[in-house]
Amino acid sequence: MRWLALIAVAALAAACANTPKHVAPEMFAVVPSAADGHVGTIVVHPDGGRDRVIHEAYGVERIRSDGTVEDGQLSEAQVKETFGSTLAALPGRPASFTLYFLEGKDELTPDSKVEMDRVLAELKRRPLPDIMVIGHSDSVGGLSYNDKLSLARAERVRDMMIGMGIPADRIQAAGRGKRELLVPTEDNVSEARNRRVEINVR
Amino acid sequence: MRKTWVAIALLSLAAPAFAADVGLVKVSKGSVQIQRGAEKLPAPVGAAIQPNDVIVTGADGSAGVTFIDNSLVSVGPNSVFAIDKYSFDTTTHQGEFQGNLRQGRLAAISGKMVKQSPESMKIRTPSAIMGVRGTEFVVEVAQN
Repeated sequence: MRWLALIAVAALAAACANTPKHVAPEMFAVVPSAADGHVGTIVVHPDGGRDRVIHEAYGVERIRSDGTVEDGQLSEAQVKETFGSTLAALPGRPASFTLYFLEGKDELTPDSKVEMDRVLAELKRRPLPDIMVIGHSDSVGGLSYNDKLSLARAERVRDMMIGMGIPADRIQAAGRGKRELLVPTEDNVSEARNRRVEINVR
Repeated sequence: MRKTWVAIALLSLAAPAFAADVGLVKVSKGSVQIQRGAEKLPAPVGAAIQPNDVIVTGADGSAGVTFIDNSLVSVGPNSVFAIDKYSFDTTTHQGEFQGNLRQGRLAAISGKMVKQSPESMKIRTPSAIMGVRGTEFVVEVAQN
């Protein structure tokens, strides 16, 4: 019996040595940014193989089921076909918007009223946004007057977001007064570009 | 500088309740679960992600997570993705992100940590390890 077992072990060892390596096929590809088309770089280190740098749009590195590694190129359509539902699940990128106000008021300029609709549409696309609204003023008037004015601007924008159905607890509002001028000026200078609210969302 | 501080202060207000939370589920479709130790948790939009969590999706599932350094990662159907390591310093932007795609599909956009130090984000698969220099990429580990 013992020699039978020995033969079995030897046969098994031989079979293992002869069976080609079998691994799950893998691929790694660089995708151009949906936001600005930027093409990035990845470095793939296959176990026991040499490093490969991929920095072309849709450039791909494949590991075949027999363990061999090859470089290649996918089409946009191939990436969409394989990764469509995966790419669709990527959360929205962090984004920033700036809206401008009438002098001394918490009322948006006519241009910014139009822009606000676009911003709200963008915010509504995000299922669970973290939104920061930071109000600013120009340098006309005293410190505390502008602190209040800038906060009123931020809160006005926050209220508009809540009015559009964005949950209040997702939105923080703060006023920076005239402490952070976008366009540096002397004190008591009316400057339209400083009368603004910055919206950061992620 | 002041702008940065206000941003940090506000971000910390909006941050998840637990220090261990490093990400937030922002997209959840179909069957999605988080394995945390021996526990299997549902992963609705708003669920927190911690280091060592494993995200598991079913045949109809997909999920998207935003990490605290603004890295964005999504997984497609029939996927198993483990967050083996995640750390990020909001002051220096130094950090380490080691993800492990055991099977399925993944898409990602690197965040502040990779901008600060290329290849601080790595994706492990059964047969390779990938370093991320930036920014958007996809990975598939097909069924054997």
